[in-house]
Amino acid sequence: MELIGAPVHAGEGRGRLLVLERPLSFWGGVDPETGRVSDPRHPQYGEPLGGRILVMERAIGSSSSSAIMLELLRNDVAPAAIVLGSTDAILVLGVLVAEELGYASIPLIDVGRNGFERIRDGSGGRGHVRAGAREAILRVALA
Amino acid sequence: MTTLDAMNAVTATPESTPTLSNEERAVLDGERGPAPQLAMRIVVRMARILGARELVPVASAHIDGCLYHGDGGVEFAERLVSLGGKVDVPTTLNVGALDLLNPRRVRSAGHRREMAFRQMRAYEALGCRPTWTCAPYQAGHRPGRGQDVAWGESNAVVFANSVLGARTNRYGDFMDICCALAGRAPRTGLHLDENRRATVVVGTGAINPALKERDVFYPVLGTWLGATVDERVAVVTGLPETATEDQLKAMGAASASSGAVGLFHVEGVTPEAPDLATALGGRAPETILVPRARELQRVRDALSTTGTAQLDAVALGSPHFSRDEFSLLEALLPHEPFRIPFYVCTGRAEYQRLQTSGRLRRFEEAGVEIVADTCVVVAPILPARGSVLMTNSGKFAHYTPATTGYDVVYGSLEDCVRSAATGRVTRDESLWS
Repeated sequence: MELIGAPVHAGEGRGRLLVLERPLSFWGGVDPETGRVSDPRHPQYGEPLGGRILVMERAIGSSSSSAIMLELLRNDVAPAAIVLGSTDAILVLGVLVAEELGYASIPLIDVGRNGFERIRDGSGGRGHVRAGAREAILRVALA
Repeated sequence: MTTLDAMNAVTATPESTPTLSNEERAVLDGERGPAPQLAMRIVVRMARILGARELVPVASAHIDGCLYHGDGGVEFAERLVSLGGKVDVPTTLNVGALDLLNPRRVRSAGHRREMAFRQMRAYEALGCRPTWTCAPYQAGHRPGRGQDVAWGESNAVVFANSVLGARTNRYGDFMDICCALAGRAPRTGLHLDENRRATVVVGTGAINPALKERDVFYPVLGTWLGATVDERVAVVTGLPETATEDQLKAMGAASASSGAVGLFHVEGVTPEAPDLATALGGRAPETILVPRARELQRVRDALSTTGTAQLDAVALGSPHFSRDEFSLLEALLPHEPFRIPFYVCTGRAEYQRLQTSGRLRRFEEAGVEIVADTCVVVAPILPARGSVLMTNSGKFAHYTPATTGYDVVYGSLEDCVRSAATGRVTRDESLWS
C-alpha cells in the first residue's frame, strides 16, 4: 500500500509500524530515556517507539513535548519516522533543535485524516517513509 | 539529512516560504552573529511549517523553556550561550525546577539538580530577566493592547491575550527563546485579527449571581470552558463587571489546563470585548452555550479526586500569588499556626516585597511556607509521605495527581485556611447547592 502525504519535515525512515489508537502527549506520555509510552491510561502503554514508524492521528498536550522529542533523539530511542493525520508544530520543533545540535533527524509527514484511517489497522506491518521538499510517501507492507 | 539540505528544501518551495524583510534576511545570513542566525533559522522553518507568509516583530518574550525536562534542554540553552546569544527584546523567565532563594525547599539532588541549575543559569546568561514566575504580568511585564509578543506558559499566554489584549501564540520550549533572540515570530494564529474574534458565546445566565461574585467560581468556569471549547475563542457574557484580574487569571489558567485555550473574551470586562458584537467581529456566533448550574457543580466536584476528610497539605499560588491575593490570605490567617504544611507559591518580586514590608513574618508565624521561583507541581516540595493536597487553584487541581502522586481536594481560599487550621477537609457547600 502507498500513501501520499504532505512533508512536515524531510527525511527517510524505515521500520515496523506502531499505530496509536488514541492521540498522545509526548510530555507526560513518553519516557524520554526508554522511549516507551509511559501514560498508563494510553492503549499503547509500554510500547517502545524506538525505530518504529509511529502513526498517530495527532499529537496533543503540552508544548513541552518538543523537549521530550529532543530527548528521544539524543538518547537514540526516537521513532524512525512519524506519520500524522494532521499537521504538527510541536514534535517537529524538537526535531529541528536536534538537527541544530547535530543529532540524528527523522521525517514527519501528514497523510490527513483519510490517510490515517487507511492505515489505522497497520500495526506490525513494515513501513518506509520518504519525505522530500514537496511530496512525502509512505509505503507499507502489511503484516 | 543535514541542516544545509533542509534549508535548501525550504528555499526549493517558494510558494510556502515566508517573505523576509532585508533585516530578517541579514539575521538569517548570519550578519548579526551565529546565535541570532540559529534562532532565526528555526523561526523561519517553523513559519514555513505553519504556513505563515511573513514574520512579525515581537515587543517582548516570556520563556517557559527554562524548566528542566532533560539534558537536551540544557545543551540547547548552553549552545546559545556559547554562540554569544543575547535576547533581542525584553524577556522574562517562567519558573525553574529550584527555589534559588531557599535552596533546601526542593528535594532534588545529584545530576537532576545540577542540570536544572545549569539550565536556569544559561537562560540568565542569555540576558533574560530572572523573574522566575508564571505570573510575569503581575511582576511588571505587561505588554499593551494589540502588541505582538512571544510568550510561553499556558496561563501567561491566555492572560496576555485575554486580559491584556496583547497578541501571542503558545510558544513553548525552544520556540520561546528563538523568538526572543530573533525578535520575530511567525505571523500566524492569534497574531492575526481574524483568529481573535469569538466564534462561541457562553451565557452565564443560569448561574447564581452570588456565586459569580466569588473567587471559587472562576477556576470552575475556566475548567468547564477549556474542556468544552478547547482551541476555539469564546466570549463569556453575564459576568460581573467587577470581575477582578486575579479571578480572570485563575479562570484562564484553569481553561488552559483542561483545554488548549489561548484567548477568551469577557463581555464588558476584557479589552477586545467592550460589547458582544465587537467580540464576535460583527458576525454571528457559530455556537451558543449556556452551562447549567448542575453542570458546573459536576465540574467543581471533578476537580477533586478524593472525598476523604484526611488532609496532608495545602498549596496555593498557581498561577503565582499576587499582592492582592496575599492581602486576602493575610486577613484570614488564624491565631494558632496551621496544623499541616501550608504552601504559597509566588514570584521572587512578590516575596521580596513581603520581606521588605515586614509582612513576611506574619505569614511565617501562621506556618505559611512561601515557595519562590518554582512551584509544588514542577518540583519535589510536598511532604514525601503525604497523600492528600487541598488547593483553591484549578490548575493545581488539574496537575497535582499526575505530577505529585497526591490526591487533590478543590475548595475556596476560606475552605483551605479553615481546613489547614484543623487538619481536616471542610468546605462551604452552600453556594453550590
